[in-house]
Amino acid sequence: MINTVFSVTIEISKFLLFLSMVGVGIRIIRGPHAGDRVVALDMLCLLGAGIAALAAITTNSMAFIDVVLGIALIGFLATVAFAGFIAGGSGQHGDE
Amino acid sequence: MGMNEMWMWLSVLCVLSGSVVTFIAALGVLRLPDFYMRMHAATKAGVVGPSLLLIGAGFYEPSLGAWIKIALAILFLLMTTPIAAHLLGKAGFVGGVRLWEGTSRNDLDKVLPSTPFTETLGPNQDQAVTTDMMTGSPAK
Repeated sequence: MINTVFSVTIEISKFLLFLSMVGVGIRIIRGPHAGDRVVALDMLCLLGAGIAALAAITTNSMAFIDVVLGIALIGFLATVAFAGFIAGGSGQHGDE
Repeated sequence: MGMNEMWMWLSVLCVLSGSVVTFIAALGVLRLPDFYMRMHAATKAGVVGPSLLLIGAGFYEPSLGAWIKIALAILFLLMTTPIAAHLLGKAGFVGGVRLWEGTSRNDLDKVLPSTPFTETLGPNQDQAVTTDMMTGSPAK
């Protein structure tokens, strides 16, 4: 019984994470400010971490936990870099 | 019910709640009306969801090495995401992101100078509508 429950749980989780990725992608496309896109990108990195954790379960290999660490590190650095980019550009059209 | 089966049930619980929380976070990022509210959804629920998924993975294959790695990953997420959110919120405020119309207080406005809101539809509105992908981006 536990095995069926577990596989159904995995499928539900996959579907929910898929829907989350679609929603965050829509936010990346819609904007409207660059900051909104960076927030959505940060969320996308966290979703990638969640999917890596799910992959660790489905493939039975704990090496995917290292992937979570890598994705979290890259997401943090990217967000900090984009934050500096937004603050430096002041959100205005530079050459107008 | 053996010990192994109990851990499987705990794993089911953690994975299910983690994915639901992650979905709610993504829903907040998509639906909330304001940059700052979206950031709040992405950084609070967005940390709890993947952390619960990681704990679920730990219950699925319990071993010392896996738990150490999971603890490190959760600690790293808990340490870095608030810093990134703080930097991003400040940058957005300085960059002139408008608050939601229903916001009643804006104390930071008295302290931190912010540029006027100019990004969504700029001086040339017709071009801004057609190039919607990059409106608001400083690189435009």
